[in-house]
Amino acid sequence: MILLSPLGALGRLTLDILSAVGRVAIFAALTLRHILTPPFYPREIAHALLQIGWLSLPVVGLTAIFTGGALALQIYAGGARFNAEAVVPQIVAIGMVRELGPVLVGLMIAARVTSSIAAEIATMKVTEQIDALVTLSTHPMKYLTAPRVLAALITVPLLVGVGDVIGIFGGYAVATQNLGFNPATYLKNTVDFLEMRDIVSSLVKGCVFGGIAALMGCYYGMNSGRGAQGVGRATKGSVEAAAVLILAANFLLTGVFFSV
Amino acid sequence: MIRLENVHKAFGENRVLRGLTLEVPKGTSMVIIGGSGTGKSVALKCVLGLIAPDQGKIFVDGQDATTGDRDAFLARFGMLFQGGALFDSLPVWQNVAFRLLRGSLKRPAAEAREIAIEKLRRVGLKPDVADRFPAELSGGMQKRVGLARAIAAEPEIIFFDEPTTGLDPIMAGVINDLIREIVVEMGATAMTITHDMTSVRAIADNVAMLHDGVIQWTGPVKEMDHSNDPYLDQFIHGRAEGPIEAVR
Repeated sequence: MILLSPLGALGRLTLDILSAVGRVAIFAALTLRHILTPPFYPREIAHALLQIGWLSLPVVGLTAIFTGGALALQIYAGGARFNAEAVVPQIVAIGMVRELGPVLVGLMIAARVTSSIAAEIATMKVTEQIDALVTLSTHPMKYLTAPRVLAALITVPLLVGVGDVIGIFGGYAVATQNLGFNPATYLKNTVDFLEMRDIVSSLVKGCVFGGIAALMGCYYGMNSGRGAQGVGRATKGSVEAAAVLILAANFLLTGVFFSV
Repeated sequence: MIRLENVHKAFGENRVLRGLTLEVPKGTSMVIIGGSGTGKSVALKCVLGLIAPDQGKIFVDGQDATTGDRDAFLARFGMLFQGGALFDSLPVWQNVAFRLLRGSLKRPAAEAREIAIEKLRRVGLKPDVADRFPAELSGGMQKRVGLARAIAAEPEIIFFDEPTTGLDPIMAGVINDLIREIVVEMGATAMTITHDMTSVRAIADNVAMLHDGVIQWTGPVKEMDHSNDPYLDQFIHGRAEGPIEAVR
């Protein structure tokens, strides 16, 4: 019996994980159905676009510019060890567009947007506002989840695009101001080196990460426990799940786009 | 008429409703009383479909509550929640007119606002409250806004969940009077759950006492004091000694 108990625990853990995956998958499918079918709530969608997209621009911009600048410094210092300092524009561009741009924007969105969505919806749940929505003939997923996920699917790729450009600009500013690069040559090398595949992969990653971030916020909020502790757990769980899923999805998408 | 037949509901090991059977005649006010955790809120939420019963049937005007057009079914109801359940992100008038701004009962925004202000006035609030947010209001004002929202679309059936909890006795009296007036004026069927015996006497036509997941006693409010039911007697007089075990 003692030998079997670890196996039992492993079995229970596997079942728990699979049932959680199933619940999230059903939640995602229902959300997609609510996004595509009427009634639509344009005011809620506009509000979510503003909250998730526009108001995330400062944090995304600051993250990207500092990351691009630091990347330029690191590549220059590392490249100098084998006389390859000249590759700074190319590596900054590829690093930002393929990986750092989407991943850092995704993680910043998980920190800023996922937490906020989860806390808001969980509070609505514990104060019976979700029940009130139902009694007012309004489906909570259609009113709360669909607009937020749709807004994230639209705005996060745009934020990633903006983050890529600002990150490259951060590298450009450091390289031309501190490292002695010629501005025109730096820009030419950046543009020449980037391929359409890099840009498409960046935007697709943004779309997927945005969807994950908003979906996790909504899922954990809707399934929150009672009281302040329930709201706290929902918020923490949503950010953890979103961050891990974003990093895992990034690995899979990088494999899809760049495994030669 | 609302009829609950042998309704059972358990949450894990906790069997909250154990065969609840109750009839609320059309146009009357039924108040359900009972100790905390006896399933009064669960019963209301089962009627609205917010919680699915494990067993039993619920009928509204003879129609099974779980079948048919859900939107049309819910459009017949208004509900005042215990904590108000006002939407924090919306100003008061949009909370009151929520149903009138979307869905099958949608009206132009200006008309919906007019109706909201009229309903706010009906519950004793001035029009300047309309543009404030729920967090800026006192508990009593939030209850009134919740009440205005519950009656905004002139429902046939209104549920009140602990309408006076957390209010001072004077404000509780004001809310009780408002509920009674509104229910009589609208000719609505009302179901209220409360612990507050002053509310019971002010609001009820009929009373039902829920204990151990079933209706222990039901009858007209005027018979409540002469029921000879030891459970009801203990509850309405607030005695610690009696057949209902008080958790100490």
